[in-house]
Amino acid sequence: MSDFLNISGLHARIDADGAPKEILRGVDLVIPPGEVHAIMGPNGSGKSTLSYVLAGREDYEVTSGSVSFKGQDLLAMEPEERAAAGVFLAFQAPIELPGVNNANFLRTAVNAVRRARGDAELDAVAFLKTVRAATKKLSMSDEMLKRNVNVGFSGGEKKRNEVLQMTMLQPSLAILDETDSGLDVDALRIVADGVNALRSPTFSALVITHHQRLLDYLNPDRVHVMARGRIVHSGGAELAKEIDVQGYASFLAEAA
Amino acid sequence: MPAVTETREQVEKLGQSSYKWGFETDIEMDFAPKGLNEDTIRLISSRKEEPQWLLDWRLAAFAAWQTMEEPTWAKVSHPPIDYQDAYYYAAPKKKAGPKSLEEVDPELLRTYEKLGIPLHEQAMLAGVEVPEGEEARMPIAVDAVFDSVSVATTFRKTLAEAGVIFCPISEAVRDYPDLVRQYLGSVVPVGDNFFAALNSAVFTDGSFVYVPKGVRCPMELSTYFRINARNTGQFERTLIIVEDKASVSYLEGCTAPMRDENQLHAAVVELVAMEDASIKYSTVQNWYPGDENGLGGIYNFVTKRGACRGARSKISWTQVETGSAITWKYPSCILQGEGSVGEFYSVAVTNNRQQADTGTKMIHIGRNTRSTIIAKTISAGHSDSTYRGLVRILPKASGARNFTQCDSLLIGDQCGAHTVPYIENRNMAARVEHEATTSKISEDQMFYCRQRGLSEEDAVGLIVNGFCKDVLKELPMEFAVEAQKLLQISLEGSVG
Ligand SMILES: Nc1ncnc2c1ncn2[C@@H]1O[C@H](COP(=O)(O)OP(=O)(O)O)[C@@H](O)[C@H]1O
Ligand SMILES: [Mg+2]
Repeated sequence: MSDFLNISGLHARIDADGAPKEILRGVDLVIPPGEVHAIMGPNGSGKSTLSYVLAGREDYEVTSGSVSFKGQDLLAMEPEERAAAGVFLAFQAPIELPGVNNANFLRTAVNAVRRARGDAELDAVAFLKTVRAATKKLSMSDEMLKRNVNVGFSGGEKKRNEVLQMTMLQPSLAILDETDSGLDVDALRIVADGVNALRSPTFSALVITHHQRLLDYLNPDRVHVMARGRIVHSGGAELAKEIDVQGYASFLAEAA
Repeated sequence: MPAVTETREQVEKLGQSSYKWGFETDIEMDFAPKGLNEDTIRLISSRKEEPQWLLDWRLAAFAAWQTMEEPTWAKVSHPPIDYQDAYYYAAPKKKAGPKSLEEVDPELLRTYEKLGIPLHEQAMLAGVEVPEGEEARMPIAVDAVFDSVSVATTFRKTLAEAGVIFCPISEAVRDYPDLVRQYLGSVVPVGDNFFAALNSAVFTDGSFVYVPKGVRCPMELSTYFRINARNTGQFERTLIIVEDKASVSYLEGCTAPMRDENQLHAAVVELVAMEDASIKYSTVQNWYPGDENGLGGIYNFVTKRGACRGARSKISWTQVETGSAITWKYPSCILQGEGSVGEFYSVAVTNNRQQADTGTKMIHIGRNTRSTIIAKTISAGHSDSTYRGLVRILPKASGARNFTQCDSLLIGDQCGAHTVPYIENRNMAARVEHEATTSKISEDQMFYCRQRGLSEEDAVGLIVNGFCKDVLKELPMEFAVEAQKLLQISLEGSVG
């Protein structure tokens, strides 16, 4: 077994108006260090739920199974501890924080994880230097830093802001939940560049997507198909191309 | 999830002990006997060696008070207050009254140092880090009021050279009787309301500021109020007069020890701004709020009012209210001078069992008068907070304008926030705008912040400070930094 990310028999449910609703129904997934894996699958199959459970969202109750991350029991950790340990989730729908300055938020977050990782905090000057370098690399305008977190951002700006946060927080596991959806080709490129810039033997990514195009830029090591709360099929990069042409129908039959 | 509950409990424990100003100073005190009657008032007046006119003024106020009823219209509740079961005068024992800082009781100096208010003149307002890239800033003159008396006032010489008078009001009564007599009670008359009448009868100390014509006060002035003695009410009185084309910025801070009993603080603040004068009055109110079950804490029943008497004068109130078991307070502006401006910027935070009913009154009398009200209300725990505001436009106030923005932020679902705006517009050519919003810190927002590595406390702090930004930016820098921290501390234990 790899000791990077190891998800085993994961079951999770949510309280849907008083009745428990099982969403993850035995997810098994291993991601070795240094690899990029893609998850594809029809709407409602539990992809976002998996990403939330990995990041520690409290509304989901894990009923059985385990997740180990770099040898630690991920499920026992608070969301901020997971962030400090290197888990980053780019949200499918990034959240607005009215009145909270984007740069200030970013700096608070960066320093919180630096503190937790035992690194020195960045002062205002050092932070500004780093963030300017990051925005430049992602061809983003610095103007976005002055606005309030995600407030009044276009769909594309929100996604780019997620990539900026990812770049600044230097995760070892990045989970991207449909970060490419609704983006034009240029923006797609930025997302891919953001992930590729982080690639190293100690960094892995779990990329949830519906589109072959992002995967063209990322060249994933593995592609998984999720259906009805399970990984039902796995393959190499060519699997994504197959799905692009044929759709999910054949895998769904397998899962039933 | 058990892990989460545990964290919440830990955080709540933190919350209980987070009032770090709750210590008590052991010092010999001079008390007037318990109870409120004419003798108490005579004793206060004689202790302060007051002239006859002031004693008569106090007695008239007392007579008025006896005919009045405690107001009940505010959305707060508390057991009846026994006005006879309290001390009305408590002062540290001393020889003659300190002439210089060297003569101040070292125990008192230590108290203020512990509170972050060093009373030596080189010092800055401590407890506040100098923000990055910034020079150490201008000194601040401090008047330190301990229970019923002012124990020290710094930088008086520097101020005197500029022509500014900054001294305890009891001293002003002696040294500048004409000024005090002319203005005392001219903005808040003795019989204005129950608590103002009480204050007028028994007020003990407070600050007096006079800025003469054309003078911009060369430094920030501040008064630091400290309640220390048990069973003692604090009734301070502040009077600030700013003449034509003069200006001043004044700050006020307050703390008290942690006690199981409720203590009454009923202050009166009067401001007078003449032609082209401007007064900026900032408060960071951090009286002991009581424990998480609502035991103890200060009853903060305060009347603050400013008169914009001269044309184009301006009075700006900024308040950050985090403390007290109950806050009852409506800093107001009487906009008399043509083109005068009134502003009210407020953040009121309640947590646990705290109650706040606070807001402002803007009375537009003169033509082209303008007022702005920005009130941010934050409720957490089982607390309850009300914004209560009155905008009154009188028939002659043509061209008057008011803009009001009231925003409430709820943390958790056990607390309440209410907005009660009264608008009385008797001039068709005036314009009044009112906007209000209510929001909650959502689970989504908390999760988003925590996913980025922020602790729950940091996340709430960030969101709350963002919510209050428009008000906090009105505070002088020294207070803004302190206020930000205070907001976060007072909301500790409110999420989980
Ligand atoms: N908070 C919730 N309440 C009720 N049902 C939910 C909730 N979150 C997700 N679900 C349901 O769980 C299933 C999986 O959702 P999701 O993980 O968002 O899928 P995907 O990301 O693959 O589209 C869907 O049927 C969805 O309606
Ligand atoms: Mg999804």
